[in-house]
Amino acid sequence: MSAASTPLGRFWADFRESRVAVAALVVVVAIVLLAVAAPLIAPQNPYDLGGLSLLDARRPPGHVGSGGYIHVLGTDAQGRDLLSAILYGLQISVQIGLMAGCVALAAGAALGVTAAYAGGMVETVVMRIVDLQLSFPAILLALVLVALLGQGKAQLVTALVAAQYAYFARTAYGAATAERRKDYIEAATATPLSRRRIVFRHLLPNCMPPLIVVATVQIANSISLEATLSFLGLGLPVTEPSLGMLIANGFVYMMSGRYWISVYPGIALIVLIVAINLVGDQIRDQLNPRLRR
Amino acid sequence: MWGGSAILPSPVALRCPAQRGYEGPVEAALITRESRTPMTGYVIQRCLQAVVVMFAMSVIVFVGVYAVGNPMDVLIPLDAPQDVRAFIIERFGLDRPLWEQYLIFLGNVAQGDFGRSFVYATPVLDLILSRLPATLELTLAAVLGATLIGVPLGIWAGYRPDAISSKSIMAVSILGFSVPTFWVGLILILTFAVYLGWLPAGGRGPTVEVAGVAWSFLTPEGLTHLLLPAVNLALFKLAMMIRLARAGTREIMLTDTIKFARAAGLSEATIVRHHVLKLIAVPIVTVFGLELGSTLAFAVVTETIFSWPGLGKLIIDSITSLDRPVMVAYLILVAVLFVTINLVIDLTYAALDPRIARGHAA
Repeated sequence: MSAASTPLGRFWADFRESRVAVAALVVVVAIVLLAVAAPLIAPQNPYDLGGLSLLDARRPPGHVGSGGYIHVLGTDAQGRDLLSAILYGLQISVQIGLMAGCVALAAGAALGVTAAYAGGMVETVVMRIVDLQLSFPAILLALVLVALLGQGKAQLVTALVAAQYAYFARTAYGAATAERRKDYIEAATATPLSRRRIVFRHLLPNCMPPLIVVATVQIANSISLEATLSFLGLGLPVTEPSLGMLIANGFVYMMSGRYWISVYPGIALIVLIVAINLVGDQIRDQLNPRLRR
Repeated sequence: MWGGSAILPSPVALRCPAQRGYEGPVEAALITRESRTPMTGYVIQRCLQAVVVMFAMSVIVFVGVYAVGNPMDVLIPLDAPQDVRAFIIERFGLDRPLWEQYLIFLGNVAQGDFGRSFVYATPVLDLILSRLPATLELTLAAVLGATLIGVPLGIWAGYRPDAISSKSIMAVSILGFSVPTFWVGLILILTFAVYLGWLPAGGRGPTVEVAGVAWSFLTPEGLTHLLLPAVNLALFKLAMMIRLARAGTREIMLTDTIKFARAAGLSEATIVRHHVLKLIAVPIVTVFGLELGSTLAFAVVTETIFSWPGLGKLIIDSITSLDRPVMVAYLILVAVLFVTINLVIDLTYAALDPRIARGHAA
């Protein structure tokens, strides 16, 4: 308990107690590092079409291609090295997941906290819309929005944010309605501080714990949603092959037993999502006051 | 929810008469009279809200779908002569302003006419109705299967939370939540269709006509076609049912009701059947109803993978081929479905707990 002098130190000391969660965190950090460093460590640039040879297409794992190196995970229909394609795909998935998660967090938290603090008409209208949206499955909403907005990274992130901000808004609203009745908010209101300052400097920071939990889960969800949309052919354009698209491309060849094109990108995707969810589970247990020792 | 069982009154139920007596008959009468008026107001208010929401959705969907591509490019061949072009534009009303198209559409919908599909050239409603049984069959099979398997597993995991079997059940449920549906579908096909060759990889197989509707589950071969997609669709629901049943069981097992029943010498099986199952039934039935709706949306992915000819495949195809009337009709029907489900749930809860109606009317 020596390192437990700061709140963050205490949090970390608790977190370290769960071996599964620490392992999951290591996996998440490793995958993010791999994704960021993809251009440096991948044996091949999968976007450089000049470097591809159709002679190498659909080779099983372990095949030595015309490039002179071993394709550890095999190659896809265009002769791409699958390991390289997965690393670049992870980069896109992590990027989209983080972007969508953060924008949705910011938008949802601002909306929820404002609704709770303002009360009255603003509260009723905002929360009715949020509740209505929550009753619809996120995947259907994202599907329709992507169809309406068209393909592209910005459009996809917009669709994911629109499909997910409501979860943050609901959580922030719940936390903020509980917080705003507390004395410190009343005390702050009695001082000549501006309303904006009270909401963003006093109320919002105290609503963060549940929002962080929702954020980890939603980042995993948006990665999964993006993969699903790309798999259905509605996500990113073909020039930016994410993991979902790699899996979709390999689907055709799976029937003839060439499993690796779909299976390996899928495993990468699942390891990432499961690891994020495990970390999220641990954070939720730690921040849950009912389970706190 | 905490009512007594058939065998033993629970301690909570034993306490209830005393509480009622404390309230007094006059006060009880006041509560009933008061709650009757807000209830009617609440029902009217919610129904009106639902109607407004449906209209808003129809406008959003219509305007939104209008923004997708230009249907003229799809409908009219590039080398079509000018008079054919004009005829098609005239026939589909594409030259009128957007609001006029919307009003015409609304008028037609009121008569049960959702327009004609650009691609299939058949009435959209017929198209949707012909695809509905396939999706319904798949959805029902998945949700029923998930409930019938998930609830007992969840009760066991909550009954013996520290057993290794319970921990493995929970690990499976975490996987069920995390692993994307489409990937599970691929693995199922790879394992059971490609390598083992036990089950077909896609399609509906032979169907039997009952009451003018084709069903797959009535033929043995149709059942084998149904199995893989149903399992695929059920996995996520299974994980949820397990978690729900486990959480409920754990909570109930710690209450005095269970201690009392045990002290009375009831067998463990009787306790689980009469106390635990009865008390967790309410949330499970609620979720079951909710899930039937959302599974319709999830079916989009499963139907695409297994080429199951249902609504989900229809909407994906219509998005890629810019079949506007089908998109609009599908989205509006889904909106109506969800608004109705929510309305029914809200009203049921208000009927069960009059405080909700009073709270909203105030």
